[in-house]
Amino acid sequence: MTELSNRSEPWRLTPAAFAALIARDLRVLLHMPASFLLRTVLNPLMFVFVFTYLYPHIGAGRFGEVAGQNLGTVVLPGLVASAIFFQGLNAVALPLSMEFGATREIEDRVMAPVAYGLTALAKVCFSALQSLLAAAIVFPLVYLVPAVPVRIQVSSWPTLVLAAVLASLLAGFLGLLLGTVVEVRKIALVFAVTIVPITFLGCVYYPWASLHSVRWLQILVLANPLVYVSEALRAALTPALPHMNPIASLSALTALTLVLGWAATKTFTHRVLT
Amino acid sequence: MSRVIGLYHSGPSGYVPLSIDGLVKRYPGSSRNAVDGLSLEVSVGEIFGLLGPNGAGKTTTISVAVTRTRPTAGTVRLAGTDVAAQAARARRRLGVVTQANTLDRSLSVWENLYFHCRYFGLSRREARRHSDELLERFGLAERRDERVDRLSGGLAQRAQLARALAHKPSVLFLDEPTASLDPQSRLALWDHVRGLRERDGVAVLLTTHSMEEADRLCDRVAIMDHGRVLACDTPGALKRNLTATTTVRLRLQAPPPPALLDQVRALRGVERVVNDGNRIEVVTAARDGLVPHLVSAVGAGLLDLSVSEPTLESVFISLTGRKLRD
Repeated sequence: MTELSNRSEPWRLTPAAFAALIARDLRVLLHMPASFLLRTVLNPLMFVFVFTYLYPHIGAGRFGEVAGQNLGTVVLPGLVASAIFFQGLNAVALPLSMEFGATREIEDRVMAPVAYGLTALAKVCFSALQSLLAAAIVFPLVYLVPAVPVRIQVSSWPTLVLAAVLASLLAGFLGLLLGTVVEVRKIALVFAVTIVPITFLGCVYYPWASLHSVRWLQILVLANPLVYVSEALRAALTPALPHMNPIASLSALTALTLVLGWAATKTFTHRVLT
Repeated sequence: MSRVIGLYHSGPSGYVPLSIDGLVKRYPGSSRNAVDGLSLEVSVGEIFGLLGPNGAGKTTTISVAVTRTRPTAGTVRLAGTDVAAQAARARRRLGVVTQANTLDRSLSVWENLYFHCRYFGLSRREARRHSDELLERFGLAERRDERVDRLSGGLAQRAQLARALAHKPSVLFLDEPTASLDPQSRLALWDHVRGLRERDGVAVLLTTHSMEEADRLCDRVAIMDHGRVLACDTPGALKRNLTATTTVRLRLQAPPPPALLDQVRALRGVERVVNDGNRIEVVTAARDGLVPHLVSAVGAGLLDLSVSEPTLESVFISLTGRKLRD
């Protein structure tokens, strides 16, 4: 048998364990690639199919236009944003809530010889990778399906990359927070009451600036983290549309990521250590 | 397969795999200590049983030792490592098997072992080989690719035991490991646990409600209640030295006359005599030499006689009382 005793002191062990925790999540994902694809693709595909392909064909071509830009162009950043955002809930919150619940199958990963925070961080990092993968899958879809050409122009690669990475981490931390705080029997309800308002009021289907005529709503939606993801991507991908100043949206994303990261790591540790 | 050579064999003399010293745990908002100054040591290759009614503090003790509960006072050391100060390092030294199946449901049996090895720093190749070996050793090779939620209770416990040993811990914690197993699976698991002693030299701390399990499996047993150890010794010594009772049952041809009952009551060591028709039940603390006296007292009217040895259960009840716990 293999000699374990001398080789595995914590300093060497930590990166190995971290990589192994991510490898485990990757294996689970590869067990069911179809479920990842379906939950990622179905919603944006149906949306662009109905509103940007079907509508022009049934004579409602100008539906959803903003500032002279067609709906396909308006929703592309938003749909990529929500694809990134909801991976966090699907890839972290749902499994974590179940694994903390009746089966307690999180145990073996919690007992890995690394700090509890790192176990949580591994989960978030892999979720972030899934978010970026989801963005890469959804992007060509919402670009190619619309009947009227979508006009994108990458105004700033750093903004695009930073927005995508911050949004992916933010989504993972939000998932971690919900997964550690919400009991498994309530998770479906929490999903139902959060996903729909976050999406519909997340500046996915319209730019934030266009809400100026409904001022109270424009202020209210600032509490929705998805707004900053949509707006940062809008600034990077469709600069022709009105968008929030990228410095503002990226700052908000950074602040939210830090705050949620801190809170979620705390709730995770609280859950595993009494 | 070669023998495992771990830390425990090369360590200095006086090496103690598990030492608990003055452990106190009071949960926030509670008015009493869940664990109240507990001290014990478990040595290399020893199987140590922790017995106690619900709420005695067994689970809290284990929870502190496996780094999942912060102690209020006192220390727990695993192979010298303070579990509160160096939790991640301490987790290298310990393995846990719980009553509930906590295997990773998203993975196969083999993958559960493989990723466990990887969490503990083995390379892919080493983890693969080690997982194969563990499946063989625990008779799980045929279930290699099975999903773990399809395993029977006994197989799941074997898989959990294999997983807990995969990183060669110094101390293995078994928290009511056989509570939900059928008799065959229980016996099989006992065999595996006994095998650990010779093969891995691992120290075992076991909690159980089964007095039979404690009696047959453990080298030493601590009976605890209200967070304290009430008695700690080998099962045999506990039964001998404490107020455990032996019961001698006699069946006679006819109901005994009162004079005979008085005569029996007067015998040395007899604590209680119960008469029901032609049966007599004699309860005694010190049975040595009693049976011949009983036989001669009863004389030719004796039809049958049986002796019930003291059990760990009688020791347990005499120490912790009969009152039901939550």
